[in-house]
Amino acid sequence: MNIHDTSNTEALLEDILQIIYQKYGYDFRQYSQAHIRRRVMNRMAMSRLASLSDMKLKVLNDEIFASALLQDLSITVTEMFRDAGFYKSLRENVIPILKTYPFVKVWHAGCSSGEEAYSVAIILQEEGLYDRTTIYATDFNQKVLNKAKEGIFSNELIKEYTLNYQLSGGKEPFSNYYTSDYGHAIMKQSLKRNIVWANHNLVTDSVFAEVHLVLCRNVLIYFDRDLQNKVQQLFFNSLINGGILCLGAKESLRFTDMFSQYTELDKQHRIFKKKY
Amino acid sequence: MGVSSGGMSALKFIFSVLPKDFTIPIIIVQHVGPRSNNQWIQLLNNTSALGIKEPDEKEKIEKGWVYIAPANYHLLIEKNKTFSFSIEGRVNYARPSIDVLFESAAEAYRHKLIGVVLTGASNDGTKGLRKIVDCGGLAIIQDPTTAESSFMPTSAAKAVNTDFILPLQGITDLLIRLDKGTSKNSI
Repeated sequence: MNIHDTSNTEALLEDILQIIYQKYGYDFRQYSQAHIRRRVMNRMAMSRLASLSDMKLKVLNDEIFASALLQDLSITVTEMFRDAGFYKSLRENVIPILKTYPFVKVWHAGCSSGEEAYSVAIILQEEGLYDRTTIYATDFNQKVLNKAKEGIFSNELIKEYTLNYQLSGGKEPFSNYYTSDYGHAIMKQSLKRNIVWANHNLVTDSVFAEVHLVLCRNVLIYFDRDLQNKVQQLFFNSLINGGILCLGAKESLRFTDMFSQYTELDKQHRIFKKKY
Repeated sequence: MGVSSGGMSALKFIFSVLPKDFTIPIIIVQHVGPRSNNQWIQLLNNTSALGIKEPDEKEKIEKGWVYIAPANYHLLIEKNKTFSFSIEGRVNYARPSIDVLFESAAEAYRHKLIGVVLTGASNDGTKGLRKIVDCGGLAIIQDPTTAESSFMPTSAAKAVNTDFILPLQGITDLLIRLDKGTSKNSI
């Protein structure tokens, strides 16, 4: 493999992202390149394409293929109560703050298949806050959003989620929150009631509500630094003064312009409070 | 560097031997469970002359540092030599996965990369090491007969042609020589 191969690959990847943007309106151009490359190469292997040039043509001409690629690029794997320590901290440090408001608005940005939104819904319900809370759960992938709305998870997954829930300090029987049906668990309507699922693209869309709490965990890791900065600005503009921002276990505000605008409510679990 | 079962003691040995002035940055995936805390990294750091840490997202790779992938994330390297994380599904049942790290490192560093596969019980790292070699990098594999778990290095050795199948002491000697600037051709 020589240098020309590499720069050709780079150029083709760029072209493909450019086509996706211009033809379909989804902007992946400022995503982490290593991540995009990996996903595109995976799709190439799965669809048994001979080269990136072939893929470029297919993205241009074959809408079904392009749609599959879009799914590849935007899907993330998430779990309920992932990072038990974070949810414990949410209960102990964030809930008391939320309780001081007469009504609460929560925004899950990049909610994917909804596991995190359901997790927070459970905590809100247990803490007696659910009835005065609206949870906005948004993603730009409509397919995964529809799945999230259904709230159906396999029994295998529910087993893992039950353990996660318990590790995070949950004391109720986890089965209180879903009904079982032939190898699946369906999240109860009482949990879904106050969740508003909406299509929103962090890269291209703007502020849609003023909220008390923003959760965006392990979504920004896929964006390059400039895009992270842009999205952090969006979160900042969406939060009330004193509002709370929650990031993923290995994410930070350190390299963004917003760093000085927040205090660290819980440094270890990446929970930040917007300064007044 | 990719490590799995038996890795903790292998890494302990390596970092008790590598000297303070070792400059080549080392990036490691050690297979750990999803809920593993990083205390073992702090312990490793205590007996090491080199600084060992978990990288931050977007952090730049610096000479003389050792970086260990955090639990439950895949670690990738960008062309601009910064770290990226991913929570994609497990690869070879692992997250972090050695293949994921090695494949992105091969793209970023090409022939300026050394891939090391040590003790372990899965075949994570085999594909990745192959990619490193295909991109012009160097492969070093722990001699399976000296490894606590021979499966991973054996699997790597079957897939990759390399002159460097060595016990841990041999690996550290070689790395030190490479660092001192001995060119590849004269080994």
